[in-house]
Amino acid sequence: MGKYIVRRLLQMIPVVLGATFIIFAMVFALPGDPTAGKCGERPCSPEYVAKFREEHNLNDPLPVQYGKYLGKLVQGDLGTNYYGIPVKEDLAKRYTITGRLAVMAIAFEAIIGILAGVLAGVRKGRFIDNLVTVSTLFVISIPVFVIGVFMQYTLGIKWGIFPATVPSLDASTWSLVLPAFVLGALSIAYVARLTRTNLVENLRADYVRTAAAKGLSKQRTVGVHTLRNSLIPVITFIGADFGALLGGAIVTERIFNIQGVGGYIFRSINSRDGVAVVSAVTVLVIVYLLVNLLVDLLYGVLDPRISHD
Amino acid sequence: MSTTTKSAAPQSQYQPDANGRLLEVENLHVEFHTPDGIARAINGASFDLHQGETLAILGESGSGKSVTAQAIMGILDMPPAVIPEGAIRYAGHDLLTMPEEQRRKVRGPEISMIFQDALSSLNPTFPVGWQIGEMFRQHRGMNKSDAYAQAVRLMERVAIPAAKERVKQYPHQFSGGMRQRIMIAMAIALDPAVLIADEPTTALDVTVQAQIMALLAELQEERQMGLILITHDLGVVADVADRAAVMYAGRIVAKADIDDLYARPAHPYTRGLLESIPRLDQKGQTLAAIGGLPPNLMRIPPGCAFNPRCRMAQEICREQEPELRRVGNQESRCHFAEEVLNG
Amino acid sequence: MTDTIAAGVQPTAPDEVGEARSLGQDAWRALKKNKLFWASVVLIVLFVLMAIWPSLFTNQDPTYGDISRVRQRPSAEHWFGTDGQGYDIYSRTIYGARASIIVGICTSIATLLVGGVIGIIAGFYGGWVDAVVSRITDIFFAIPLLLGGILFMASFPNDANTPYFVIVGKVVLTLTIFGWPSIARLMRSSVLQVKPNEYVLAARALGASPWRIIRSHILPNALAPAIVVATINLGAYIVAEATLSFLGIGLTPPAISWGVAISDALVAIRTYPHILLFPSLFLSLAVLAFIMLGDAVRDAFDPKSR
Repeated sequence: MGKYIVRRLLQMIPVVLGATFIIFAMVFALPGDPTAGKCGERPCSPEYVAKFREEHNLNDPLPVQYGKYLGKLVQGDLGTNYYGIPVKEDLAKRYTITGRLAVMAIAFEAIIGILAGVLAGVRKGRFIDNLVTVSTLFVISIPVFVIGVFMQYTLGIKWGIFPATVPSLDASTWSLVLPAFVLGALSIAYVARLTRTNLVENLRADYVRTAAAKGLSKQRTVGVHTLRNSLIPVITFIGADFGALLGGAIVTERIFNIQGVGGYIFRSINSRDGVAVVSAVTVLVIVYLLVNLLVDLLYGVLDPRISHD
Repeated sequence: MSTTTKSAAPQSQYQPDANGRLLEVENLHVEFHTPDGIARAINGASFDLHQGETLAILGESGSGKSVTAQAIMGILDMPPAVIPEGAIRYAGHDLLTMPEEQRRKVRGPEISMIFQDALSSLNPTFPVGWQIGEMFRQHRGMNKSDAYAQAVRLMERVAIPAAKERVKQYPHQFSGGMRQRIMIAMAIALDPAVLIADEPTTALDVTVQAQIMALLAELQEERQMGLILITHDLGVVADVADRAAVMYAGRIVAKADIDDLYARPAHPYTRGLLESIPRLDQKGQTLAAIGGLPPNLMRIPPGCAFNPRCRMAQEICREQEPELRRVGNQESRCHFAEEVLNG
Repeated sequence: MTDTIAAGVQPTAPDEVGEARSLGQDAWRALKKNKLFWASVVLIVLFVLMAIWPSLFTNQDPTYGDISRVRQRPSAEHWFGTDGQGYDIYSRTIYGARASIIVGICTSIATLLVGGVIGIIAGFYGGWVDAVVSRITDIFFAIPLLLGGILFMASFPNDANTPYFVIVGKVVLTLTIFGWPSIARLMRSSVLQVKPNEYVLAARALGASPWRIIRSHILPNALAPAIVVATINLGAYIVAEATLSFLGIGLTPPAISWGVAISDALVAIRTYPHILLFPSLFLSLAVLAFIMLGDAVRDAFDPKSR
């Protein structure tokens, strides 16, 4: 077990290096002048530009810049952005709100998705099954930004049930409900379908027949014996989805004007703020990989047939 | 009366009748309604089972023997399965008309079942002791640690070495034979009056097969259970069974005491099955097998269902379905039963 | 035990023994009976026709904006009404299919090729080749599709003079760069599943070349799941293209696309929802069609799920 974790952590190193290098290279290629618009209406003085470029190593070739960046990163220094603000501070605040958003979205996936999937699977071929199948297909087909804008308009603006925008960095949980739902919408649909498929397949398994022959009630046969097996792949999906949610937050945060990582990355790209982009994405990749490791470990706990020796 | 049951088990409300008869299956029909048509899996099967008796149900795949077992247990998926007529009486109570909640309580404490493939029949995600103990927790309201203790006791009874240490292990950590012993331990946990064993040894090595059969016979003797042994392998049941019923295309085509059945079969199908057993004393002879395949259950041939494969088939076999009738001290569903018996 | 029930429901009768069908023929037989399959095929054919010959469906000029008839509701003249610039929404929705369909189909084919080759190499050769290739796959897998797409498109931006097909090509390229790992992982695991089979071992023992083993033994078995996933992903790529356009970073006006149209319509959602409705509807139908097609094909190849 310990060996397995160490091996996985070691495997992560090249992945983090590779991913950050790709991001770094793309940011390096970003056209445009990062000092543009920094000195009011007039272009900046050549001295300022030179100093700025020197400070941020912009005159070095790509590998050297990357090396210098890595050197700092290893020491836990995410650098300062082009506005002189330490990226770490900025990111901490923004990751907090995006993290809350993602965790809430995961909760929606787990609760609504699994519940819908179980209902559909148990009542296969009946009304509720068809309802879940059709509505999930619906959600999967409509782009998230259309769903988001539509729900913002109806639930937020027209009926005023939820706040339509959440610009505050310490937003209440209630105000994040709608954005989190939109962020998780696609995955809720996937989770529901995955749960249903697995449940239907497992309900045909021999051990379910054994459970019936043991005189167990239908609830216990489904709820204890079948569900455990059926949820293993679902939990894997939900876990792996955490990283995707952090990326997907770009769209949701833009719709609801949330000051999270997604918006931060997007604005930093537009303002050619390379250090900010690379650092934000690096953290994202590391979080993603750690969550994946956690999911794999959880898999071993849920399914005794898997051993991590 | 069941005097052999242990004091821990409450006195059963179900008691065999004056003749010791526990289970009575009467004119059972089972159909599977599929998109491609209706498959008639069982077409009027009747038999009974007495206390302490071992009944073998023999037949090829698709003959309806497993479906019969599942119908008795009440674990057929309905739909697609439909039981249009028939009765299954346990100690005089018709299981088919019994309310589901009441019937559920029959499964396990009264009638229980073991299956062919113990690996897939045990839940892979729970320890074996948990699965055995579940019988006590669910039917007897026992707490978790007592149930585990009972599981250990049962695992020791079915001769699983180091039961105490292995009780918390998972099915995949056991060998095939040990897994089948766990299935058996689970099935006898609540001292059922009837045990149905559906091909209990088919998935096992030959040496292990003999051990498992011996264990079943021993337990049956010890607890005076009625045992229904379902198999396609006539070699397996010869020493264990008291009586045998042979099924073909969802019908019982022969019924006899096991010795009579082996010595002088009264149905050509039984004879074919017996001839296909390899025998040491007849080395060098070609193994006689029954030609052809069992019929499509959606299109069972008219007349005797066995006629397309029968060496003795005459015009009458294609036209008229024979009744199950008494021939000597056996029963046979053949127009020429006497000729077969004496031939 | 289980075989008995199976035999009870699907018995092997003497008169059916001769018809030994291959998996592919079986799948096709199941597909032919599936109504959803035909519905998705009809939709896809329609969308592909729209992409190739939009003039079959409309004779209006999608680039002709009439300022005097801005944001009109649907009418006999303008079936879907007109948008903020007085463009005819019906013709713009028809012409908008092209970008989505090209991006979807080209990206799916490209990811299938790139991911397929990489996955086969990793699975077939194993050892250090697999280790290296798998890590590279992990690297690209760890960067979310949308995030990578935004960065790439921002690094190589378009201007008003960039030709249409170059912009579309760029979108395809970026989605391929960040989209291939899922196919590669899938392909690798199917190859690993097929490889230990006896017929593959036999072919190896007989000295067949790696290329021959891959082509005649591994590909036919490993390809079906990859094609299914690529088909379902096709819908996701269409959505990704629209999302990039929504973020103002993919296709941009004057290019016509559903994403651009939706993005433009969002401004006026409160007062003129019909401007949003039609491009969203078409986009969703296109995505739906490919997902249904993928689902139907998968079900056909996997009788268990029926």
